[in-house]
Amino acid sequence: MQNHKDIDNKLTLKEIAKILEAEVIADSGNSDINIKNACSADMMSAVLYYHTPNSLLITGLTQPHVIRTAEIAGIKSIVFVLDKKPDARTIELARTKNISLLSTSYCMYTASGRLYKAGLPGCLYK
Amino acid sequence: MALDINETIEGSFQLVGGNFANAGEASSQLKHALAELGVDEGIIRRAAIATFEAEMNVIIYAAAGWLRYYISSDRVRIRIEDMGPGIEDIELAMQEGYSTAPDWVREMGWGAGMGLPNMKKNSDEFKIDSVVGEGTTVEMTINFP
Ligand SMILES: Nc1ncnc2c1ncn2[C@@H]1O[C@H](COP(=O)(O)OP(=O)(O)OP(=O)(O)O)[C@@H](O)[C@H]1O
Ligand SMILES: [Mg+2]
Repeated sequence: MQNHKDIDNKLTLKEIAKILEAEVIADSGNSDINIKNACSADMMSAVLYYHTPNSLLITGLTQPHVIRTAEIAGIKSIVFVLDKKPDARTIELARTKNISLLSTSYCMYTASGRLYKAGLPGCLYK
Repeated sequence: MALDINETIEGSFQLVGGNFANAGEASSQLKHALAELGVDEGIIRRAAIATFEAEMNVIIYAAAGWLRYYISSDRVRIRIEDMGPGIEDIELAMQEGYSTAPDWVREMGWGAGMGLPNMKKNSDEFKIDSVVGEGTTVEMTINFP
């Protein structure tokens, strides 16, 4: 796969929400930040291995340690697929960590595909 | 960039097997301690990732454990010691993709077999010792450039 580093395509979280027809569950006031790439994963170690800071995380898991993983990896925004929504405690944790949360009814494949088509590359460099 | 500190700054956390609710607390606190000292962001991220993976392994596989960190002017050292089943074949466990995590752990997003490789990748020095039936000790050092 090509190196996406040099492709200068960015989306704001606001644009991402629109493309995914997503509901904003936690707005950490960073909806105008440019997101340069995304990573779709249900395995947290894969997120920690392949992430780049400020990536968007697309996942089907909603437990609090997903927020922790994002915090550790420097991820500022998460999209939950298949209409999944975390519980109130997890949303609160995301707020305290300044992480924005979105929920879309699309599945992981389609959500990723829509964003890729809109110009958002993956965060893998291989 | 060596830090302007004379004494070693220490932190210590008790880890309890199965306690997912507090998972990441130690790593999060180490992250903040390093940030307060003005450590480079990339270094902080490496330390936090390595610590978090180690913390998760204790929570998933062991009964209990201790995580201690020591920040000195030129490096941070992290030591994680657990009382647990131990690892029979460390070389195998270190391989990317090797995991014995049961389904319920996978459903929570762990068990890719990337944790130990991730710790090694993010450390400048990485040491693991294990005694089957007793426990596992991981020691990691990350230097400040
Ligand atoms: N502290 C430990 N005590 C006992 N066994 C361990 C411990 N840490 C790791 N292991 C063993 O080594 C294997 C590999 O660990 P590693 O962290 O690399 O992957 P994982 O925990 O299975 O998955 P991931 O870390 O990607 O979520 C584990 O599946 C487990 O069998
Ligand atoms: Mg692990």
